Amino acid sequence: MGTRTIIPFGPQHPVLPEPIHLDLVLEDEKVVDALPSIGYVHRGLERLAEVKDYNELVYVAERICGICSFIHGQGYCQGVETLLNVEVPPRAKYLRTIWAELSRIHSHLLWLGLFADSFGFESLFMHCWRVREKIVDIIEETAGGRVIFGSCKVGGVRRDISNDTLKRIRGELAAIESQYNELKPTFLKDASVNRRTVGVGMLSREQAIALGAVGPTLRGSGVAQDMRKLGYAAYKELQWEPVVETAGDCYARTVVRVREVTMSFDIIRQAIEKIPAGPIAVKITGNPTGEFFSRLEQPRGEVVYYLKGNNTKNLERFRIRTPTFANSPPLVIMLKGCELPDVPVIVLTIDPCISCTER
Amino acid sequence: MAHLTISKIITRSAVSKYATRLYPFVKREPYKNTRGHIANEINLCIFCSLCQKKCPTHAITVKKPDKIWEIDRMKCIQCGACVDACPKKCLSMDQQYSAPSPVKSIESFHQEASTL
Ligand code: SF4
Ligand code: SF4
Repeated sequence: MGTRTIIPFGPQHPVLPEPIHLDLVLEDEKVVDALPSIGYVHRGLERLAEVKDYNELVYVAERICGICSFIHGQGYCQGVETLLNVEVPPRAKYLRTIWAELSRIHSHLLWLGLFADSFGFESLFMHCWRVREKIVDIIEETAGGRVIFGSCKVGGVRRDISNDTLKRIRGELAAIESQYNELKPTFLKDASVNRRTVGVGMLSREQAIALGAVGPTLRGSGVAQDMRKLGYAAYKELQWEPVVETAGDCYARTVVRVREVTMSFDIIRQAIEKIPAGPIAVKITGNPTGEFFSRLEQPRGEVVYYLKGNNTKNLERFRIRTPTFANSPPLVIMLKGCELPDVPVIVLTIDPCISCTER
Repeated sequence: MAHLTISKIITRSAVSKYATRLYPFVKREPYKNTRGHIANEINLCIFCSLCQKKCPTHAITVKKPDKIWEIDRMKCIQCGACVDACPKKCLSMDQQYSAPSPVKSIESFHQEASTL
């Protein structure tokens, strides 16, 4: 056994703009253990449920995370709608699907860029973000904000996208997709990228299941679990299959996300073709009662909202289990046995979002 | 295994136009829906305080006796709940972002008695 050293990674680390801290136990250059700690950006958002009324809490839910903001709002709204026994109009469901998939594309492109940055491929990082910028523009045009959509509300959506705009967006997305396709080979085939990803950070199928991995981390280990298959919003009416890779290494998790972007483009195209006319929201009366677990697929994986209403304007309990929290135990397993320079790459492959983990 | 797969993109971007703008000399036009800041056509306001009640961040203060409507731009999250609530439609969402500021200040709108 060599000499053991403990070195800190984070909470401020150049590769990761979010505050996660890892104590890395090293034997020479080899990581033998990793002890994660979080708690630097806790904001107490769940507690706000006790003072904000359930309609206002949408704005809070959207601000849990700057990347999955729409899906947070959507998950919260779907939960409250179930407690209130409200059926959302079909057009609103399709619009929610379109916005959710737009945010998945922008999140995955952001991640692909940051991932390239983690192994020092700056130009690939810039090009991913160049493509992402066009998606963010579409989001701003349709929802009014680049990051915070402010478009979901209990009972439907707050603004419509006209059919003409949708048609134009379909054309724009086709152009963006072809730009994206040019970037794909670099992630999938380039020797310098593959040398950093193939066989690094292994997570077997059994480990992924036992440790409760979610999202691309789970699907990269060969488990076809995608919460969109629960059929919320318009997903049950569209044709798609979860993206699965079996290798369980950093490369597999990258491929899952690379392919999911293409799938999201396809889902949006189908949704734009099928979107029905009609109202975009229903009127909400009454107060939520009962308990519900709302589960959705975020870009980072499954997110769980627990809502408990007691027939007042305020929820009695509001609890969120975010994907990064579920992916932290698998991360520790992936890190064991890797080389020190691979740590940023492996940490990035779970797509950590610490601000939503701590809420 | 392929090598230098990105070279085609890099060559093209080296000879084509910039993907970015030369801000602040070139500015991007905001979209019609862009949520920039809240504007108030104060002469139409009836000081009903509905906007104040609906605002999730308590950014708005309505002083009915003095005919003053105040907004704390630093608190406002541009959600638009006040615009939806306003019965006189005097509130609107402007596309321009409010200017950055080193101090927190409250912007007041006064209604002159003569305009009524
Ligand atoms: S809701 Fe409209 S009319 Fe009422 S106080 Fe606010 S700005 Fe004035
Ligand atoms: S936009 Fe939202 S936060 Fe801003 S003043 Fe209106 S209600 Fe308040």
